[in-house]
Amino acid sequence: MVSFFTNLINGLSLGSIYAIIAIGYTMVYGIAKMLNFAHGDIIMVGAFIAYTVISTFKLPVWLGIVAAVIVCTCLGVAIEKIAYKPLRKASSPLAVLITAIGVSYFLQNSALLIFGSDPKMFSSVVPFGNLTIGPLQIPGTTIVSIVVSLVLVGALQLFINKTKPGQAMLACAQDRDAASLMGISVNGTITLTFAIGSAMAAIAGVLLCSAYPTLSPTTGAMPGIKAFVAAVFGGIGSIPGAMIGGLLLGIIEILSRSYISSQLSDAIVFSVLILVLLVRPTGIMGKVIQEKV
Amino acid sequence: MKNAKRLLALAAAGLMAVGMLAGCGGSSSSGASAEGASSDELVWVIGCSGPLTGDAAAYGNDVVHGAELAAKEINEAGGINGYQIKYIYGDDEHDTEKAINAYNTMKDDGMQIFLGCTTTAPTVAVAAETLNDNMFQLTPSGSALDCIANDNCFAVCFNDPQQGAKSAEYISTHFPDAVIATIYDSSTAYSAGIEATFEAEAANLGLKVVSTEAFTGDTKTDLSAQIQKAKDAGADLVFLPIYYDTAATILTQANNMGYAPAFFGCDGMDGILGVENFDTSLAEGLMLLTPFAADATDDLTVNFVKNFQEAYGKIPNQFGADAYDGMYAIKAALEDAKITPEASVSDICEALKTSMFNITIEGLTGTVTWKADAENLGEPDKTPKAVRIENGAYVSIED
Repeated sequence: MVSFFTNLINGLSLGSIYAIIAIGYTMVYGIAKMLNFAHGDIIMVGAFIAYTVISTFKLPVWLGIVAAVIVCTCLGVAIEKIAYKPLRKASSPLAVLITAIGVSYFLQNSALLIFGSDPKMFSSVVPFGNLTIGPLQIPGTTIVSIVVSLVLVGALQLFINKTKPGQAMLACAQDRDAASLMGISVNGTITLTFAIGSAMAAIAGVLLCSAYPTLSPTTGAMPGIKAFVAAVFGGIGSIPGAMIGGLLLGIIEILSRSYISSQLSDAIVFSVLILVLLVRPTGIMGKVIQEKV
Repeated sequence: MKNAKRLLALAAAGLMAVGMLAGCGGSSSSGASAEGASSDELVWVIGCSGPLTGDAAAYGNDVVHGAELAAKEINEAGGINGYQIKYIYGDDEHDTEKAINAYNTMKDDGMQIFLGCTTTAPTVAVAAETLNDNMFQLTPSGSALDCIANDNCFAVCFNDPQQGAKSAEYISTHFPDAVIATIYDSSTAYSAGIEATFEAEAANLGLKVVSTEAFTGDTKTDLSAQIQKAKDAGADLVFLPIYYDTAATILTQANNMGYAPAFFGCDGMDGILGVENFDTSLAEGLMLLTPFAADATDDLTVNFVKNFQEAYGKIPNQFGADAYDGMYAIKAALEDAKITPEASVSDICEALKTSMFNITIEGLTGTVTWKADAENLGEPDKTPKAVRIENGAYVSIED
C-alpha cells in the first residue's frame, strides 16, 4: 500500500510538470491555432539559463529563475516575430508547423554548440528536502511542482477571464477576424500569448530539471511531446484540460511502469491517448464545436 | 514601411538559417587534420567515425579526439613505417544510414583503414560495407558480437557478453548473499546485451536476482518507478549495466527516495565522476568494471589525460582511451605487416587480418592481444579492472 502511494506521488510529480508544459502548448494552440513544437526546447533553454546562473556563476537561485524567465520570454517573442508571424498568412497551415520543427532543431543544435553534448546535473532549486508522513516520503520538488502548477492555472484563469488583455485572448481564440474588427490587436495578443507561454516554459524547465536532474540539449524534446499528448488528452485549447491531462498522463505513465511493464510504459500511455480520442475526439475538457451549415 | 518590415523579417530568417547551417557544419563534415603531410606525399589515410552531434555525442567526440591525439603523437614520432597518417573523421549521428554515408565520404577521400564506428548499431551497418570493400575495420567501442562477425573486423573494447558474465562472476565471488536488482536500458544493444548474459550467468551461479526493470532512451529522465520496485523487492545491490549519464540520474533519484543499496556498473559507468555538477558524494562506494580509469597514475594514462584535456578541454572517458589504443593497434599491426601506403585497400586489409594476431598493445586499457580462435575471432583479450569509488576517486579492488 505504501508503495502504491509512493508511486502515485511520483506520478503526480511527473504529471504536474507535464501540466505546466501542456498549458503553454494549449494556450498557443488556442490563440494562434498553431502547434509550437519548439515549446519543449524553450524548456531546455530555460533550464540551461538557470543552470548557468546558479551552478556556473554561483548566483542565488531566485536570480537564476528570474533570468530563465526573462530570457525565455524574449526568446519566445523573438521566435514568434521572426519565424512564425511572416508565415501566419501562408496558404497552408503546414508551413508554420514545419517552421516550428525547424526552430526546435535550431534551438537543440545551438545548445549543443554552446553547452556541449555532455549531460549536466542540475541541482534542485527547492531549498527543503523530503516531507515525511508516516512511512511516506514526499520529495520537496514534488510538492513545489504541484503547488506551482495549481497556482499558475489559477492565475491564468483569472488573467484570461478578468483582465482586458485576457479577454482579448479569448476573443482571438474564438474568431480572429471578428476580434480585429472590434479593435483588438491580434498580433499584439498573439505576441503576449507567446510571452506568457515561454515564461511558463522557463518555470517548467527549472522544475523539470529539479525533479529529474539530467540536463542536455535534448532534455526538453520528450517531455515536450508528452506534454503535447497531455494537452490533446485534456482537450487542446483548454487550460484546466491541460492541467488534468498532464496529471493523468503522469500518473498513468508511472503506474503502468510500476505495475504492468517498465518497457511498455510509453506504449501504454499512447494507447490510452488513442482510446480517449476514440471515445471523446475533443479530449476530456475540449469544447464540442457544432458545425453550423 | 511595410516592405521594410518584411525585408527585416526576411533578413532575420536568413540569419537564422545561416546560423543553423553553421551549427551543422561546425561539427559534422569530415574535417581532415593532416599534420605536416602535403597532398602529393604518400600517407596512410585512416578514417574514424562516431556521433559528434545528437544524444550519443559524448561518446563520438571522445572517440574521434582520442584517435586524433594518437595520430598526432604517431606523426610527431615519425609516422608508421616512415609514412605520416592523414587522419579524417565523419559524423554518423548514431544513425546507421548516416554512418554509411560518412563511411562512403571518407572512402572518396582515400581512406585505407577504418577505425570505427563508435556505437554498436552503426558499426554493424558499416561492417557490411567494409566486408564488400575488403577494408580493414577496427571498432574502438562497438561492443555487440555482431560488430566483429566478419573476419576483417576487430574490436578494442570488451563485448557485451564478456561484461555481463564477468559482472555476475565478480558479484558471486564477492557478494554471494546479495539480493540483486537490475535496471537496464532496453533501447540500447549495449545495455540489453550485458543484461541478457548477466541474467543467464547469475542463474548459473545461483545469484538471487529479485527484480529486473528496463527503461528506454525516451524514458530515461525519470526512473523513480524502477527504483521504487528495486526498493520494494528488498534489493541491497543494484546492477546498472548502463551509461553513466542515466546512472547519475538513478543515484540522485535513489538518494532523494532514501534508498541506499550498493551500486555496481560496467564500463559504461566510467565518466560518472565527470558529469558536470553531479554530487560525487552520491557515487561513494559505487563499483564498476572498467578497462580504463582516467585517474590512474601510470605515465601513459597521466600523459594521455593531460594532453587530451589541453587539446579538447575535458577529461577523456574510456571511449577516448579505446580509440587511442585502436590507433596504436593499427600502427603496430602495420609495422608487423611491413607494408607501405602504396598497397591497395584490400592488400592492407589482408595483411592486417594476419598481423592483428601477432601484436600486443601496452595501452591505456591494459595489455591487449587479439583472439584468433574461430569462436572469438577479432575479440580483444584483456582483463577488466574492478574499481570502487572512494573519496571521489577510483580505487582498485582487484584481489
